[in-house]
Amino acid sequence: MPASLRPGDWEVPLDEVIYFDNAATSWPKPPEVTEAMVRFLNEIGANPGRSGHRMAVEAGRVVYEAREAIAELFNAPDPLRVVFGSNATEALNLVLRGYLRPGDHVVTSSVEHNAVMRPLRALERQGVEITVVGCAPDGTLDPADVLAAIRSNTVLVVLNHASNVVGTILPVAEVAAQVRAQLIAPLPAPLLVVDAAQTAGAVPIDVQADGIDLLVFTGHKSLHGPTGTGGLVIGERVDLARLEPLKRGGTGSRSEHEEQPDFLPDKYESGTVNAVGLAGLTAGVRWVLKQGVEAIRAREEALTRRLIDGLRAIPGVTVYGTLDPARQTATVSFSIAGMEPSEVGLRLDEEFAIMCRVGLHCAPAAHRTIGTFPTGTVRFSLGAFNTAEEVDRALEAVERLAGDTRRRTHSARRMMHQAGYEQQGG
Amino acid sequence: MEEGYAVVLVYSTAHALKAEKALQRAGLSCKLIPVPRHISSDCGVCVRIHRADQEEVLEVLETVGVGIEGVHNI
Ligand SMILES: Cc1ncc(COP(=O)(O)O)c(C=O)c1O
Repeated sequence: MPASLRPGDWEVPLDEVIYFDNAATSWPKPPEVTEAMVRFLNEIGANPGRSGHRMAVEAGRVVYEAREAIAELFNAPDPLRVVFGSNATEALNLVLRGYLRPGDHVVTSSVEHNAVMRPLRALERQGVEITVVGCAPDGTLDPADVLAAIRSNTVLVVLNHASNVVGTILPVAEVAAQVRAQLIAPLPAPLLVVDAAQTAGAVPIDVQADGIDLLVFTGHKSLHGPTGTGGLVIGERVDLARLEPLKRGGTGSRSEHEEQPDFLPDKYESGTVNAVGLAGLTAGVRWVLKQGVEAIRAREEALTRRLIDGLRAIPGVTVYGTLDPARQTATVSFSIAGMEPSEVGLRLDEEFAIMCRVGLHCAPAAHRTIGTFPTGTVRFSLGAFNTAEEVDRALEAVERLAGDTRRRTHSARRMMHQAGYEQQGG
Repeated sequence: MEEGYAVVLVYSTAHALKAEKALQRAGLSCKLIPVPRHISSDCGVCVRIHRADQEEVLEVLETVGVGIEGVHNI
């Protein structure tokens, strides 16, 4: 039976589906990812790090290889500095809730995801002070504004590497360099936390060269792993004694003690890790390394240019962001005049088999920044497997919808005009 | 030359795997085995090495930053 989608009563073969929702999660996955997961379940299976038999050691090796792959991709100083969890949200909660205390100050931006803003707002009620630095309406951030917001009690600067709404890339390395350059001893420079959910695997990241102290990633987007994988890379400037774990429990190490281990990665990895997921993640990251992040980026940049240029040429369509593919990821937000994003989304799905995400994208602050709150936008997010032909087909679809609304508005105006005319006449 | 094996206790399985990779790269043979019960009540694995290699092994592990909890002859 050929694979197909069956929404309602019609069927679309999967190879005719246009999947433009890669910022939510990437699809399809490289076949190696599925193969690695099947192999783990069928042939390795045991609990990594819990027992001493060879199947357990093999499972532990699978998890360790995931650490190595992540460390290689982001140039982490040591695979043991890679801590896994279920996703970026969990890693962000670990960092924010584990590091911040009442009286501490945090600087963040106005394009953050709720995975950052909600933990921060909850911490604010407990006495943590927050400064949200405004980004420009195209999503860009001026490092000088971050610098100006830093105070003597600032312990973290938390920045989205790229907005999941407009794709704009924030200058995290410049922020790191400027913050450290103006550091006045004996005050320690605040740590830089980067939410790379949207960029990991799609934009080059080097934690050491970029000055990133805590890099948060999710496995299921541009790293091409399965859902339920993610984590963080912990830099050497981070005081582990200060960073509390989110969870405590069994680690397979120091079992004779009832105290949580204080070393990496065990301190932050209680409970059996998602080994089957990490088997898939390793395959995804190895796939990325084989293509090369630069090559993936170049390809996505070209597709993004085609998409942005095509959308801007359609009357009634507004595109948000920098409009410059060199300064953003392959995520493009737009709206069609006179048509609600929800209606655009439904019609793209039902009439054209285009999968995209509409609305606020879990990032109300980002929509306020670009001026699209509370209506939201239509978001096309391309991935490593999309093609120019798909972009062209999607542009045709948007053109059709925009044409429909123009006709609709036009005839509505004519009706109103006639009604007004008759009223006057009567 | 000293005969027999020794085991190096490390913090956790992740550390044992890091140790194994580093030792293999250095051409030193080793095997990950369950921690012998008479040495520790821990439930994990440790690194079994040839006693004769001990000095070199410890040097390699220190260079790559694998913390050592103890070395025991078995
Ligand atoms: C910028 C950003 N941060 C965090 C997240 C949360 O990722 P996850 O749902 O994998 O925890 C996402 C994606 O949803 C995101 O786009």
